Amino acid sequence: MLRFIVRRLVQMVGVMVVLSLLLFLWLRALPGGTVSAILGERATPASRAAMEEAFGLDQPVHIQYFKFVGRVLQGDFGPSTSVLPGTDALDIFLQRFPATIELSFFAMVIAIALGIPLGYFAARRRATFFDNASVIVSLVGVAVPVFFLGFLLKYIFAIKLGWLPVSGRQDGQLEATRVTGFFVLDGLLTREFDASWDALKHLVLPSITLASVPFAVIFRITRAAVLEVLDEDYIRTAESKGLTAKVIRGRHILRNAMLPVTTTIGLQLGALLAGAVLTERVFSWGGLGEALALSFERRDYPVLQVVILAAAMIYVIVNLLVDIMYAVIDPRVRTR
Amino acid sequence: MTPSPMDPRPSSKKDRIDALASTAGTGTAVADVHVSAAGKVKDTGGVSLIASAWARLRRDPVFLLGAVITILFVVLALLSPWIAPNDPTKRMPELLKDLTPGNIPGAAPGFPLGSDEFGRDLLSRLIGGARQTLIVGVFATLFGLAGGITLGTLAGAFGGWIDSLVMRIVDVMLSIPSLLLAVSIAALAPEPSQWTVIIAIATVQVPIFARLLRGSMLAQRASDHVLAARALGVTQGAIVFRHMLPNSLGPVIVQSTLVLATSILDAAALSFLGLGNPDDRQPEWGAMLGTATRYIQDYPHLAFYPAACIIVVALGFTLMGESLREALDPKSRR
Repeated sequence: MLRFIVRRLVQMVGVMVVLSLLLFLWLRALPGGTVSAILGERATPASRAAMEEAFGLDQPVHIQYFKFVGRVLQGDFGPSTSVLPGTDALDIFLQRFPATIELSFFAMVIAIALGIPLGYFAARRRATFFDNASVIVSLVGVAVPVFFLGFLLKYIFAIKLGWLPVSGRQDGQLEATRVTGFFVLDGLLTREFDASWDALKHLVLPSITLASVPFAVIFRITRAAVLEVLDEDYIRTAESKGLTAKVIRGRHILRNAMLPVTTTIGLQLGALLAGAVLTERVFSWGGLGEALALSFERRDYPVLQVVILAAAMIYVIVNLLVDIMYAVIDPRVRTR
Repeated sequence: MTPSPMDPRPSSKKDRIDALASTAGTGTAVADVHVSAAGKVKDTGGVSLIASAWARLRRDPVFLLGAVITILFVVLALLSPWIAPNDPTKRMPELLKDLTPGNIPGAAPGFPLGSDEFGRDLLSRLIGGARQTLIVGVFATLFGLAGGITLGTLAGAFGGWIDSLVMRIVDVMLSIPSLLLAVSIAALAPEPSQWTVIIAIATVQVPIFARLLRGSMLAQRASDHVLAARALGVTQGAIVFRHMLPNSLGPVIVQSTLVLATSILDAAALSFLGLGNPDDRQPEWGAMLGTATRYIQDYPHLAFYPAACIIVVALGFTLMGESLREALDPKSRR
């Protein structure tokens, strides 16, 4: 087991090195570049040269790359140029990070809580109305543009019906105390339960929006996995032995069907970051996704760097954790 | 054999892709043996995978629905200049007279869906948009296919260090969430246009196609007919292009039906993030939807119509792709 983890860690380091190289090259290739972004229209050849020297852009490429890696390792991305001018890009990241995690967490809870049971029941009642209907719902879920779903929900439930808040994470007038940056948790910790409740209400629409794609994927993988397991000989054996339906379901079907589902959930965690870019933009969520969208629009390269790098890192780490979890669930994997 | 004997890793996006490669068809005949009434075993000569898949697809309502939507969409795209009642690029004087900063005119005689934000006929733009949407979807898929087939063939045909190198590149590309990758590539373009959008979307598909194709190419390499060809002295090039590649394309073709749907959705997402094609003289549904979100509070219908078109077409491609995959999957032929 330990050897397995070490091997995966080494592979991860390799991927990170290549990713850092790609990020570096990508940043250099972006139109405009750092110097133009800072100097804007007023750039003169002299001021450009001075700025390039200040940033070390006049040095050979490989030296620049190593300096870039050094800065990244120290968490020094420089100040934001246009999203929140002057603020350290890393601070913007740290400040917005909990917002995205909170949203992704609730979205994932919704997707799993609906996707796995529905997938299981659809497979058990294969080719019935329930099965067909839920498959169609999941296919439609993938065909709807995420941001349009967000606008649609917002329009119906927030603007027309007024049941839920339109945007943001919490009503500003509450002046809730901040502890961790996770607003629901903060309210519970400080016993400001109305703040938690308000944060939950703000979470409903964005997390449903963000959950749409992972729900559809988890549902379909669960359904396919259960269908496959149901055909196995050991299920027939278990049934003929006279085991109760509950034992067969829990120990024989779900335990085996969960293997591919675990992988899928891990993959979808990474994909949530991409979905968050769209969802947070629709609901002015104030998280990383929104920061990423804004920094693209306004060409704020320091913020862009830190968010992209963090997104890639989270994705790689989540994949590593999924692999390890997979090895825990399925002992066969370890020996391969 | 397992599709990727060189890869010890158990899970992740890669394995899902490999699993797809092993399911869909390889074009080999499967003996179909019937026991006739007299009790004698009669060999029907076998039904090819494609023939049996087609026999099932013809009766599959899911496939038929997907196919009908797709055909209607393609016909609409081809005939759009003759179907559209008005010029989709022209600002109509009848609509312009009511167009003020605070008012986008709705339905009027001759304009059943009303105006867009510049006084152009919304219905004509939707009809005209079918063509550009099809172009984005088809070209993004084709470019993705071209890149993926090149890389996949290189890896699958030669194996060895070329395979390792290509697959490492593919792995790194897969280690970035796909929409983020598309956005990052689109941002590289100094001047966004239709083609930068297409290239950004296509690039994301390259690693998926490459891995799929490599998986089934490796399976082909170990198969008897390739061994037979080699024994007959067929040249390496002919083996790769006439024996291995055609037999490996099944899963890739299924995947491309699904990619058509995601390309259209991704194009809309890029537009929404401000990285789409800024030139709106040629209407495209994704771009129309992306721009319409700016007016969505007051004029939700501007977003609703292009969104409905996108959803229907994406659903059509998805239904078709999913039923194709199921029909070609030997495991579901029971």
